[in-house]
Amino acid sequence: MMQAPLDKQHAIQQLRQMLLIRRFEEKSAELYSATKIRGFLHLYIGEEAVAVGVMAALTPEDAVVATYREHGQALARGMSADRIMAEMYGKQEGCCRGRGGSMHLFDAATRFYGGNAIVGGGLPLAVGLALADKMQGRKRVTCCFFGDGAVAEGDFHEAMNLASLWKLPVLFLCENNLYAMGTALCYTQAVEDLSSRGACYGLASAFVDGMDVMAVEEAARRATDHIRQGNGPYLLECRTYRFRPHSMFDTEMYRSKEEVEEWKKRDPIDLLTSRLRENGLCDDHEMAALEQDVATEVEASVVFAEAGTWEPVADLARFVYSERRGA
Amino acid sequence: MSAQTSMQTTTYREAVKQAIREALIKDERVFLMGEDVGHYGGCYAVSKGLLAEFGPERIRDTPLSESGFVGAGIGAALGGMRPIVEVMTVNFSLLALDQILNNAATLLHMSGGQFNVPLVIRMATGAGKQLAAQHAHSLEGWYAHIPGLRILSPATLEDARGMLWTALQDPDPVLIFENNTLYNLEGPLAENAGPVDIDKARVRRPGIDITLITYSASLFKCLEAAEALAQVGIEAEVIDLRSLRPLDDATYLASIAKTHRALIVDEGWRSGSLSAEISARIMEQAFYDLDLPVERICTAEVPIPYARHMEEAALPRIETIIATVQRMVRHG
Repeated sequence: MMQAPLDKQHAIQQLRQMLLIRRFEEKSAELYSATKIRGFLHLYIGEEAVAVGVMAALTPEDAVVATYREHGQALARGMSADRIMAEMYGKQEGCCRGRGGSMHLFDAATRFYGGNAIVGGGLPLAVGLALADKMQGRKRVTCCFFGDGAVAEGDFHEAMNLASLWKLPVLFLCENNLYAMGTALCYTQAVEDLSSRGACYGLASAFVDGMDVMAVEEAARRATDHIRQGNGPYLLECRTYRFRPHSMFDTEMYRSKEEVEEWKKRDPIDLLTSRLRENGLCDDHEMAALEQDVATEVEASVVFAEAGTWEPVADLARFVYSERRGA
Repeated sequence: MSAQTSMQTTTYREAVKQAIREALIKDERVFLMGEDVGHYGGCYAVSKGLLAEFGPERIRDTPLSESGFVGAGIGAALGGMRPIVEVMTVNFSLLALDQILNNAATLLHMSGGQFNVPLVIRMATGAGKQLAAQHAHSLEGWYAHIPGLRILSPATLEDARGMLWTALQDPDPVLIFENNTLYNLEGPLAENAGPVDIDKARVRRPGIDITLITYSASLFKCLEAAEALAQVGIEAEVIDLRSLRPLDDATYLASIAKTHRALIVDEGWRSGSLSAEISARIMEQAFYDLDLPVERICTAEVPIPYARHMEEAALPRIETIIATVQRMVRHG
């Protein structure tokens, strides 16, 4: 394991973000059971180090394309917990006015382009965003998150080829949590080393321990440095694990409790907390303060969502087409 | 319009090319992307010569990755460009249907109005060249089913020349369907021909006895049938829909209020088709104007066959249009 010198302030910030995602999602699951949130709800719990580590390597000008399991990315990108919670409530104060829900979080201010629930569907979009940057001479990176399941989709291969062919500034960020919904990687992929796919298309690629936020950040910085220097796209595979079921409807018949427990020993939040403690950078008092701070933010998001309002049904057909046609 | 407009003889292919050229010259955000658009010069030779004039950045050859490059067009539109994506034929566009429906048509609504997609996709459609069942279908009616898209079908040289620029000014995705049999269509076009509206249907031939509602290549079958019918004293009014979504109901309803008879000629399949939609709208909005039920002439519900006589038998035919109109006018 990499042991870079710890920057306390930064490490605490990373810890806070992971805690925020964890507690926000625990609350979301609770609210789902209370039927405040409906539809599909895919929890990121266990995978927090990936979103938090990667976002640290991006600038506000960069773009993010994510999947239907994207609460973590949205929060780590800096979208407000209030507006995400209100979105999941279906309220018009939500980031998408309640049009998208949990699977479709969008935010123009942070250049967050969804929230795509078609597996692999976001990859060509990321290629296009990066193409627009390149053609307009902007030095920005588009980071596209996708799961191991997406690697089996044609869009993955088409997007990798296009991005490499045109040397586009795309960070292909594979979150390998070992299961495409409920089917293990070994039943779906002839070659389980997913980062090896980069070589087929001439992409620089690497894999990293996705439970270690510091390692993820370091790997993501290496990737974005490579891209920002004009070397074209990069494929980074983060090996991680989701502790919760695929969605709220999943009875988890496809994996053993022992396997889940084994992975929980490498909980990304525990890993970082232990390291901070070992280095004397965080004590019980600070930990409690952090938890309290995060709990307050989550609680506030619920209050915000509860107080939110329903969009008038008269607005149903708005935003099918733009309200103002071009000049 | 100037009374002294000078005309030149041109083709549909050339009109589309000049439209693309004009867009590339006028707006540096515009670029053309698709299979064989560059070095080959375009599958239907529409973009021949453009690579030399504008270079490989703006006349961008793509691999055979319909979903990939259509999705990239959507992303580039989100990123501030104005892409023209060419898909070789409508049958191939099915490989990109996920991107067109789940992203292009959906992002604006799903994002609560934050992300519009100013993208133009052009593709060839239609039968008539013995290309058989994987190159020759008319699926524009399917696309017209999708909220969030604007669907255009230029039939005339003016529209081939003028619809693209207007489509590029639209903030939302526009699909332009070019019937493959029209590329060689030759005729006069004003030298100063430019952008046209993309909202309204047009009366291409006035008449009082029956309304023929059609679009794209079938327009010319209807016009030819109307000329023949005029010889026997039947004056058919021919409506070119031009825009298949949204439909300009007012134009064909006004015509039906006058003629009291309607026949729809649509190269798509009959069941669940655009012709069915128009027929339903007429029933809903003009039932009491009608002297007799609306009729439809569509492509036979078979995959388009290769053999010429079978392909011809599958498609709407001029003789069928003439016979149907004569029967309808006699009975009504």
